[in-house]
Amino acid sequence: MDEALVRTLADIVKVGAPIVLAAIGETITERGGVINLSLDGSLVLSALVAFVIGTGTGSVILGTLAGISVGLVIALIVAVCSIELKLSQVAVGFVLTLLCRDLALFLGIPYRNAQVFPATFLPIPVLKDIPTIGPIFFNQDLFTYLSFIAIGAAWWWLFRTKAGLTLRAIGERPQAAFARGVNVNAMRYLYTAVGGGLVGLGGAAYTLGVLPTWSDTGIAGNGWIALAIVIFGGWYPLRVAFGVYLVAGLRTVVTNVQAQVPPQVVELLNALPWLLMLFTLFLVSGPYLDQLLRILPPRLHPPIRTILRARPPSALGTIFEQEGRH
Amino acid sequence: MHVELKDITKTFGTLRANDSLTLSFAEGRIYALLGENGAGKSTLMKILSGYQPPDSGTIFIDGRAVTFQTPADALQCGIGMLHQDPLDVPNLTVLDNFMLGRREGLLPKRKAARQALTAHATRLGFEIDPFRYVDSLTIGERQQLEIVRLLSLGARLLILDEPTTGISAEQKHMLFSALKRLAAEEGMTVILVSHKLEDVAALCQEVYVLRGGKLVGHRHMPTPIDELVTLMFGQSLPRPTRGAHNLGAEILRAESVSLTARRLTVRDLSLSVRSGEVIGLAGLDGSGQSDFLRACAGLQPLNGGRILIAGVPIHGKGYAELLRMGVAYAPSGRLEEGLVDGLTLSEHFALTTNNGLWINWRAANALAARQIARYNIRGAPHSPIQTLSGGNQQRTLIALLPENLRLLLLEDPTRGLDVESTAWVWQQLLARRDQGAAILFTSPDLDEIVTYSDRVLVFCEGRATLVEDLDDSARNPAERLGELIGGKRT
Ligand SMILES: Nc1ncnc2c1ncn2[C@@H]1O[C@H](COP(=O)(O)OP(=O)(O)OP(=O)(O)O)[C@@H](O)[C@H]1O
Ligand SMILES: [Mg+2]
Repeated sequence: MDEALVRTLADIVKVGAPIVLAAIGETITERGGVINLSLDGSLVLSALVAFVIGTGTGSVILGTLAGISVGLVIALIVAVCSIELKLSQVAVGFVLTLLCRDLALFLGIPYRNAQVFPATFLPIPVLKDIPTIGPIFFNQDLFTYLSFIAIGAAWWWLFRTKAGLTLRAIGERPQAAFARGVNVNAMRYLYTAVGGGLVGLGGAAYTLGVLPTWSDTGIAGNGWIALAIVIFGGWYPLRVAFGVYLVAGLRTVVTNVQAQVPPQVVELLNALPWLLMLFTLFLVSGPYLDQLLRILPPRLHPPIRTILRARPPSALGTIFEQEGRH
Repeated sequence: MHVELKDITKTFGTLRANDSLTLSFAEGRIYALLGENGAGKSTLMKILSGYQPPDSGTIFIDGRAVTFQTPADALQCGIGMLHQDPLDVPNLTVLDNFMLGRREGLLPKRKAARQALTAHATRLGFEIDPFRYVDSLTIGERQQLEIVRLLSLGARLLILDEPTTGISAEQKHMLFSALKRLAAEEGMTVILVSHKLEDVAALCQEVYVLRGGKLVGHRHMPTPIDELVTLMFGQSLPRPTRGAHNLGAEILRAESVSLTARRLTVRDLSLSVRSGEVIGLAGLDGSGQSDFLRACAGLQPLNGGRILIAGVPIHGKGYAELLRMGVAYAPSGRLEEGLVDGLTLSEHFALTTNNGLWINWRAANALAARQIARYNIRGAPHSPIQTLSGGNQQRTLIALLPENLRLLLLEDPTRGLDVESTAWVWQQLLARRDQGAAILFTSPDLDEIVTYSDRVLVFCEGRATLVEDLDDSARNPAERLGELIGGKRT
């Protein structure tokens, strides 16, 4: 394959990694019935903390762990507010996202465009020599590999393990899971924390990988993108990952043609992913899908429906309480 | 397994839902728990199955006192409950639902689970496809899945809370014979909560009757139904009659209507209804009866044909507009569609009187109090709707119907109501009819359809057939209707 194309694809995979981590994290959280709307601010704040600790100690591992902890703590705040205090997840998450971003901007002033952290580049022996695939997937940094693992692991956990079945059940009908002996709220804590940790990892992936310096401008906004992609991906890890790479790909195209076209066109192209997503959402929602299916042979209907099935977890954003206990 | 409840008391605020109840259930016997709406049956069964803790009192299993923190605890002791609305996860497959909550390592043993599912289902005479999504099953099939699941987890006492509402006669027959076999051959204890006294007579060996949270009777079957009714309500009830009445002008007209139901398409449905007429819509669950009702209310699009209300085509009109034309629709999903979870009774009545910007709370409270008295609802104006018993929610739904209606579209209007409330609701509905309203209603209960309908529209395999001469035929009308629904021609 053309070398420039391979390089572009490798770049897309790399740039997409933090968003993949955040979006997969949110997918897990929402599958359990909790909306963590603090994603965007959480991403920025954990990126800053990871950067500060990472550069301070000179250790990528410590920096990454610090980023993960920040995401995890913020997610736990959402969980406590929702489960113990019965506050609205949307309201709490929204306030947290604004708070965390502003906090990061404030705390980050001394670090603005300061030191450059060395990118953690880790080519994998043997695999990196496979033609085309090698340079795209196996000549990357640590975080990109982690993003691959996150996609696969989330899919495997959700659809191949018993615990994943339980996870889907508590997001769909917590009463039924409870009747089957599941401690719904404990599980929700767990998966909100796991999801938040992945968001924190995504933040660390920014400042210790993709943009090896501290600057919020490259980060803020990507959390909202991840949230949108979770919906676009219908809460399926593989589809979510596909969505991320689609957006990252379109963005890369825009960056590449930037010099040759007028700025208005660039802005329009920037809006393209959203238009595409909106279009897809229209398409997969009831009536349009039926009309689309009408032109296709009936044999293809079930698989297409399965692929495009995009229904939010039925109990998303609700509070679970055992009845009759006050 | 012998289960005893001793001095069980449960209060909600000042209400004593269960008042020092002592009952005992022996191995291998089938019991009925009877009582009017709000008598405390579901509360007691939820306590027995671990969904709610009692305020005081003890549960003994084979003489040993037990306490349950969760339903899973109760199931571990062999007590399983089947809820009226089966407590499963609709967006998962049958097999996933079956496996959910089994404790066996990280990876699911799909093959073993599938075999267990099929084995238990076959034992009971049920046929369940493991790979179907639960949301594509009928209520009856979902119940079967739950029973199979509870049995496979070792349930020795099975509680069924109003299991026969919403399932077909055939499914009921299958359910009952499975339960009888389980009791006789495997020593299973069964407790049936039901308002259908014919079902109780067909299935149960002993009967406990509750009234106002207290135990008022314990009988061995056979016991005359009149005696049971007297125990339940403190008086015997006259059999309902329809009475003669006059028909007015045509109010509803359906011309070659075709519409999509859940699993099939109903074609070429034509019907003309005059005011003062009561039309029952009969058919197996999901055959298109409910969809036709919704279409008449402007809530579901037609594939073809048209519907006219008082000569005006309703195409393109929303429900709000139809409501102004005197059409009202009451769905059977009480808390899902008809009532608003979390709002009080007063707030519900305030919602219906939507003139002006401000809520007139004094008027709304007064209206609520008036309707509570008139419709005999157990609850106060400030009670949140979800704390009312099922029967009282249904009464509220009827009480919310506006006055001066010309066409009432009712989906299973007496779902979950006791005998007295059913008779009472119909008395209200027939009073509306006497004022000139036409009524279209669905019901899974053929006796109800036969008793109250002037004509019956039978939905079967995509066809809708009008039956006009139910009473004239020499045969038992309900039986004949049952055959038509099942697809037999007479
Ligand atoms: N969670 C609750 N909070 C407040 N009151 C409740 C609650 N659950 C039940 N009640 C009240 O307790 C009483 C008994 O209710 P229960 O559901 O046991 O009646 P039931 O016998 O099952 O009636 P039905 O035949 O209508 O289902 C009712 O008056 C009901 O309003
Ligand atoms: Mg009940």
